Amino acid sequence: MTISRPLLKIHNLEKRFELDRGFLETLKFKRGKLVQEKREVHAVNNISLEVAPGEALCVVGESGCGKSTVARLIAGLLTPSAGEIHYDGERIDNRSRRALMPLRKKMQMIFQNPYASLNPRMTIQQALEEPVRYHNPGLSKGEVRDKVAEVMRSVGVDPSWAGRYPHEFSGGQRQRIAIARALTVDPEFIIADEPISALDVSIQAQVLNLMLEAKDERGLTYLFITHDLSVVQHFGTKVAVLYLGSVCELSDTATLFENPKHPYTRALLSAVPQLKDDHPNHIRLRGEIPTPINLPQGCPFESRCAHANSRCQSEKPRPQLHPDGALVACHAVEEGRLDG
Amino acid sequence: MSLLSVRDLSVKFAMRDNTVTALNQISFDLCKGERLGIVGESGAGKSITGFALMNLLSRPGYIDSGKIQFLGDDITQMPEAKMRNIRGNEMAMIFQDPMVTLNPVLTIGQQMVETLMAHRKLSKAEAEQIAIVKLREVYIPSPEERLDQYPHELSGGMRQRIIIAIALLLDPQLIIADEPTTALDVTIQADIMELLLELCESNKVGLILITHDLGVVSQMTERTLVMYAGRIIESGRTREIINDPQHPYTQGLINALPQQTKPGQRLKQIPGNMPSLTSIPKGCPFSPRCEYVQDHCLTEAPKPVQYTHVEVACHEVNRLHSDKAEEMN
Repeated sequence: MTISRPLLKIHNLEKRFELDRGFLETLKFKRGKLVQEKREVHAVNNISLEVAPGEALCVVGESGCGKSTVARLIAGLLTPSAGEIHYDGERIDNRSRRALMPLRKKMQMIFQNPYASLNPRMTIQQALEEPVRYHNPGLSKGEVRDKVAEVMRSVGVDPSWAGRYPHEFSGGQRQRIAIARALTVDPEFIIADEPISALDVSIQAQVLNLMLEAKDERGLTYLFITHDLSVVQHFGTKVAVLYLGSVCELSDTATLFENPKHPYTRALLSAVPQLKDDHPNHIRLRGEIPTPINLPQGCPFESRCAHANSRCQSEKPRPQLHPDGALVACHAVEEGRLDG
Repeated sequence: MSLLSVRDLSVKFAMRDNTVTALNQISFDLCKGERLGIVGESGAGKSITGFALMNLLSRPGYIDSGKIQFLGDDITQMPEAKMRNIRGNEMAMIFQDPMVTLNPVLTIGQQMVETLMAHRKLSKAEAEQIAIVKLREVYIPSPEERLDQYPHELSGGMRQRIIIAIALLLDPQLIIADEPTTALDVTIQADIMELLLELCESNKVGLILITHDLGVVSQMTERTLVMYAGRIIESGRTREIINDPQHPYTQGLINALPQQTKPGQRLKQIPGNMPSLTSIPKGCPFSPRCEYVQDHCLTEAPKPVQYTHVEVACHEVNRLHSDKAEEMN
């Protein structure tokens, strides 16, 4: 296997959101005294990831685990609090909006809700033309129109409908149009944030097929954010499991599904309702996800983990590389406490 | 013994210049303590079925024809006062979004006590005691303290547990759960489903589970109805429907799931969309998307017929079956 240079590299990425903005909000009245306190939501904590060209990295996790924040940080829609993002060897997290512009042509985003991501007052033609004209100022009107028609055909939307408005399309068609909009500028990297979770099962299959086709035909690289593990197994080449803003486990899709190591990954996999299995072996988790405002000092998963001990409470586990290529951040796995 | 018996139920919505049919002559039965799943995609009429059973349809929707026999009485003919007594007491409903089902300006305790006192002659203290017992049944930690909390102080999973506790307050015989876990995360969903299953089994409560998730139906229910464009197109034992679906739509729905295809391969998709209620095709509603379609499918709506172990509404089910047998050989 040749080691290719990663297309995207994230190093120790962090994002904190301030809850108390401005001086007055930071003042709190505690035990009869006025104290100044700033609370922060720790959405993303020290995440490092790499995506090689042609890969589809799936980021999975439950609500509030920071998966969408990671997507937005990479797309440059949010500025990281610490850490670095490199795209194709160049650092991009500290660029100005203007300096990011050429990058937007290479990196496009698809959002979850196709009802909100298309401007209701623009026809499909206008919505699709806009990015093409913006990123290729040299193209003539005719060339722009040809490009739009070509992309519409490739996503299975009849180009003669270009004069219609978004409300005239169904959810599945709208999501195709949103994908078309991302594809019009011939990107190499697509960040898809839950692109099919708002759609019905039969429509999900249509959109997923479309994204797979685009991957093969255009050689796209994907960062795919989802909570649906069956989609991950189908679509992803690599999976990162996120919990409370930290990566618990990162490995090849096949490895992860055959041999999940982190207790959270195991619980997550066991919780998926199976079609044919009558008696599921569901691993029950204690409690619910803690708030990301006051992060636990040790392992983020400690409060819900059946294998936690005092070390897990006090020390945050570091990702360890396993022989099968999986990166797992868990003391219990490291010490071999889990299987035995 | 039959708890619920629905016969040829049709629900229509009056529009400005026409009426649309949201439910088209559906019939099914539910025994005491039985768990029934209703699956389908958005617009299939699943939720409308739930609302019709509770007699909660509001204008412009109305029951056009048909009967809903619940414990021997026809709900469609029942005066509102009597219906109010049945709701909560005999049948209760759990809705999809736990964030909006609870009243945000009342504490959990107030909402539970209110429900109890509306139906039974109880003192406030007695009602609170029952509420605490029910909260404990759904594994809410320290239920005494929860009574004084407001919904926004609780997480989504906790809220859905409380809603289940409220549904069970008056020991109903039937619970209608409309996508009870769709708004929740998978690990929480698994918890809630396990809880619901346990409570239904231990209290012998009948359950109608409305969902789009075939995995959930497969794990939770004994029988399943598959709905499409306001009709029941297939019904039977859940295991048999999942393992050997007969209707082309049910087959398509199951085959479209990513689990059914090797990773990275093209998924088997159903072409097209569910028709909107204003333009349901003549004949079989699935005909424009069906690969087995014949001329008579376009003109004549198929009636449900018994086929092997399930009831299917499809003209071509025989041919479909022989095709599949050929493929196997």
